[in-house]
Amino acid sequence: MRYSGLNVLWQGLTGNKGWRPAWRNPDPKPEYDIVIIGGGGHGLSTAHYLAAEHGLTNVAVLEKGYLGGGNVGRNTTIIRANYSLPGNSEFYSHSLELWEGLEQALNYNVMHSQRGIINLFHSDGQRDAFARRGNAMINQGDDAILLDREGVRKMLPYLDYEQARFPIYGGLYHPRGGTARHDAVAWGYARGADSRGVDLIQNCEVTGIDIENGVVKGVQTSRGAIRAKKIGIVVAGRSSQVAAMAGMRLPIESHVLQAFVTEGLKPTIDHVISFGMGHFYISQSDKGGLVFGGDLDFYPSYAARGNLPMAEHVAEAGMTLMPMIGKAKTLRSWGGIMDMSPDGSPIIDRTHIEGLYLNCGWCYGGFKAVPASGNCFAHLMATDRPHEAATGFRLDRFNTGHGLMDEEATGAQHNLH
Amino acid sequence: MHIPCPHCGDRDQREFSIRGHAVGLDRPEGEVWSDDWHNFIHLRENPAGRTEELWYHGGGCGAWLVVERNTVTHKVYGTRLASEGRT
Repeated sequence: MRYSGLNVLWQGLTGNKGWRPAWRNPDPKPEYDIVIIGGGGHGLSTAHYLAAEHGLTNVAVLEKGYLGGGNVGRNTTIIRANYSLPGNSEFYSHSLELWEGLEQALNYNVMHSQRGIINLFHSDGQRDAFARRGNAMINQGDDAILLDREGVRKMLPYLDYEQARFPIYGGLYHPRGGTARHDAVAWGYARGADSRGVDLIQNCEVTGIDIENGVVKGVQTSRGAIRAKKIGIVVAGRSSQVAAMAGMRLPIESHVLQAFVTEGLKPTIDHVISFGMGHFYISQSDKGGLVFGGDLDFYPSYAARGNLPMAEHVAEAGMTLMPMIGKAKTLRSWGGIMDMSPDGSPIIDRTHIEGLYLNCGWCYGGFKAVPASGNCFAHLMATDRPHEAATGFRLDRFNTGHGLMDEEATGAQHNLH
Repeated sequence: MHIPCPHCGDRDQREFSIRGHAVGLDRPEGEVWSDDWHNFIHLRENPAGRTEELWYHGGGCGAWLVVERNTVTHKVYGTRLASEGRT
């Protein structure tokens, strides 16, 4: 069923009886050309592009829970292309372009809102660093505007400009950045893949990966064995466990990243804003809740919830930046499981096992990458060549030292990102 | 999260910083790059469940501890001094 305004009107006039489920709920077949392990944002987007761009439809997505039940449903929904290193820059730029055409391509409202992102800076040194980052973004073909203090005040009059300790010097404004409705992104890709014939199989946990003589043959699942010529692991949050089924140890540590949402408020924050002197970023959802988050708790965790020290830090940073939010009541807090790689950049690559492909290591930036990650992973799995926007995301870069993408320049080592 | 320090007793997580998995106790010999070093610096078992980690009690006695902890529940089973090495 194609969604349109006319369709909504027609259904409204005829009792809304014509709506159909957005995807089927098939049983697994004994064999597929390609099996994608993981029905989250990246896995569903991979399946969609395999079918839509490469004509590969004998594909199954295996999800141990329900579609979009992992990190794609647990993030702060921010979309941006403000990276500065080659390898990352072209990839996130590609992703932003895909975002801009996504709703038309999927015929699905993902509520993509290019409301603009403002990264605040609070010292001369930070201004220099942000100016450099802005230039890198412009060189990549994306947009960046360096705002001075008065420029920021014009857009964000409600910040605390009298703050003596962390004065606001200005901000790097990225107008094409913004947010999207996270669940809708997963659902839109699911519908796109399903409508082209991909089987989306839920409640199907992969329990083993069958490999013979270095060639992948299929998977064992809670719903039986499934043979496949190619298998893609796209299970951020559980990458180490699934890769271990193929005998691999990954350069990944899983950490918890907390996020928070307040009760619904009238529209007040029109952009995505990040504080430069503490870990705090905020936007307002279309329901009115203030959605904000901070940094990792910095210890490995699969608990999907964090501890108080980081919650306190985030609240303190928020109150320092915009005291007006102090009266808002926090409705919920939660934690996502982040695949942290040593250099803070992801992995989209083949493995040493023929037919087994790996997509992981999205750190705390996976949501904005969903379109390009699926697009590039589908390209790799279909053609056995990396997509030109993702040639840098090699698995072997840690061992060889070539092509490390350490945006923060802190070193390619765990616990530094 | 509380961590019982062998010197200081049960202390708040805020007093500690983490270095990572206790693989840090298994530093390879020699200075020439090899798979052992790659394994030591980058690759992790990254278990969902019981694990051993190195934590530093910087806000307390300054000792390096091996903390046995559960990554799914955040339960801390126990600690010992890292200077005791592998047990």
